[in-house]
Amino acid sequence: MNAARARITLPFLIFVTPVLMWLFLLIVLPHIDLLLMSFRIEDDAGATVWSLVNYLNFFDEPVYWRTFTRTAVYAILTTMITFAVSLPVAFYITKVVSPRFSGFLSLLLLMPFWVSELVRVYGWMILLRESGVINHFLLKAGLLQRPVEMLYNDVTMVMGLVYTSMLFMVVPLISVLESLDDSLIEAAYDLGGNVFSIVTRIIIPHAMPGIVSGGIVVFMLTLGNYLTPNLIGGKNSLWFTEQIYNQFIASFNWNQGAAFGFLLLILSSSIIWIGLKLTRQKLSQVVQ
Amino acid sequence: MIRSLPNTRSYTLGFKLYVALFFVFLFAPLFVTCVLAFNDSQFPALPWKGFTLEWFTADLPERVGIFHDSLNLSAIQVSFKVAFWVSIFSTLVGTCGAFLFEQENFRFKQALYFLMLAPLVVPGVILGISILLFANTLGMFFENTLSMDVPLFRPGFWLVVLGQFSFISTLVTLVVSARLKKFDRSLEEAALNLGATRLQVIWHITLKFLRPAIIGAFAVAFLMSFENFNTTLFLVGSQTTLPITLYLQVRDGSTPVINAVSFLLIVGTSLLAVINLSFSRKKE
Repeated sequence: MNAARARITLPFLIFVTPVLMWLFLLIVLPHIDLLLMSFRIEDDAGATVWSLVNYLNFFDEPVYWRTFTRTAVYAILTTMITFAVSLPVAFYITKVVSPRFSGFLSLLLLMPFWVSELVRVYGWMILLRESGVINHFLLKAGLLQRPVEMLYNDVTMVMGLVYTSMLFMVVPLISVLESLDDSLIEAAYDLGGNVFSIVTRIIIPHAMPGIVSGGIVVFMLTLGNYLTPNLIGGKNSLWFTEQIYNQFIASFNWNQGAAFGFLLLILSSSIIWIGLKLTRQKLSQVVQ
Repeated sequence: MIRSLPNTRSYTLGFKLYVALFFVFLFAPLFVTCVLAFNDSQFPALPWKGFTLEWFTADLPERVGIFHDSLNLSAIQVSFKVAFWVSIFSTLVGTCGAFLFEQENFRFKQALYFLMLAPLVVPGVILGISILLFANTLGMFFENTLSMDVPLFRPGFWLVVLGQFSFISTLVTLVVSARLKKFDRSLEEAALNLGATRLQVIWHITLKFLRPAIIGAFAVAFLMSFENFNTTLFLVGSQTTLPITLYLQVRDGSTPVINAVSFLLIVGTSLLAVINLSFSRKKE
């Protein structure tokens, strides 16, 4: 049996061929091409030559690297806020509310995330804009004299980003907290632990794999988000994916766009790698 | 602190309030979008001017409901077609992937497994541009050396399908693998002892066992494809999918038709999610 499996069998070939084609044709080769393209430019004669210009442009032009740092900082901030908002909800659903409701609540939690991100962002737009629903009610209640534009600023953008990717934090947190034995919390309580020490010394260490996997996905989705910063972040809140889009679609400078894409890829993988190292988790365990 | 421990009233009340606010935050944008789809006004805004179905059914010069809006209708059709092919391909390949990583042993398995996980940590925008670039490179190669014009390599329907397939397959692989891990391999051994070939075992026994996971993965793949924006943005040609069409409309100002489309999407996806969930509950 084992000896037979080491040899190449028909089922093995059936399984391995489509997987290899998928991974090499759609993941590996395109990314190699992305890397190669980012080191090429068109010279004055119109021929393509090797060059570092695309990367030098990035450092020369402050708007590029400022947008890049801004995107990274806001993505990290968004991930932290998402965690802080989600942990109490996950804890409530798994440990506090009566078990009869916990299934219903977690189902309710999932519902909005089946709906397209565009619809959710659009919902926020009609709630928050100058002629929006919230302004309407505030004016009616006499709390405002004239409508206020609540869109197109950084606070709204971060709120939108948190809203967009919250599910990917709540779900892993619920699944790790379900496996936390209640008697550990009871024991800590009997020994005189307060809420703060129970949270930091029992709940968070136990929930670490869920926190890391949620954090990675939220961070990656936020960093690569285009819709939310573009629609409710407004003109002056530049996001790095918008720079990539501009290079590809507006300026039609694909080589420059490829360099930006590669920089974004390096940024996301290195921050994810640092996150894994700091928390001593492995990627293959985290995605389980 | 938890159910089994004595809690102060303010703790319980505060917690309840927080979770209630959280759910309001969660549902407010969807609720408002749905309600304003039925407002008898030219703009998706309050004040409430009365209930109407015109944003769905009307075909008037100043008001075209969604059922007569050819732009959005054709985008919905494109999205359905894309989602159909993406879920077929990714379910097939993802199931192969699950078998490969759960039941086979080979050199570089760990490395290939890592590669399979990569699309989860690569931003969708990057997947989109890298596939666009690679298709363009291939297209130029075919044109220059073989003087063949291959439509597949230009932005368009099939490139969108391939782009979405590239990361949705990873999700299918993970979903099907999770179920395959629970499979009792002695069932396979029994069938093999009784003279079945490996392929017969897979077809008659393992795939039967995996069916709920495969159907569930198909539904998830369909939804993910239907609402994908980031990867699709760079790969669309003249036939745009619904999220892209809606984005272009929202960016340039909005009419309640968008609310009507959103309402249909919310109802549709919720129904699909509930059906999928009750189906997987029954099988458990």
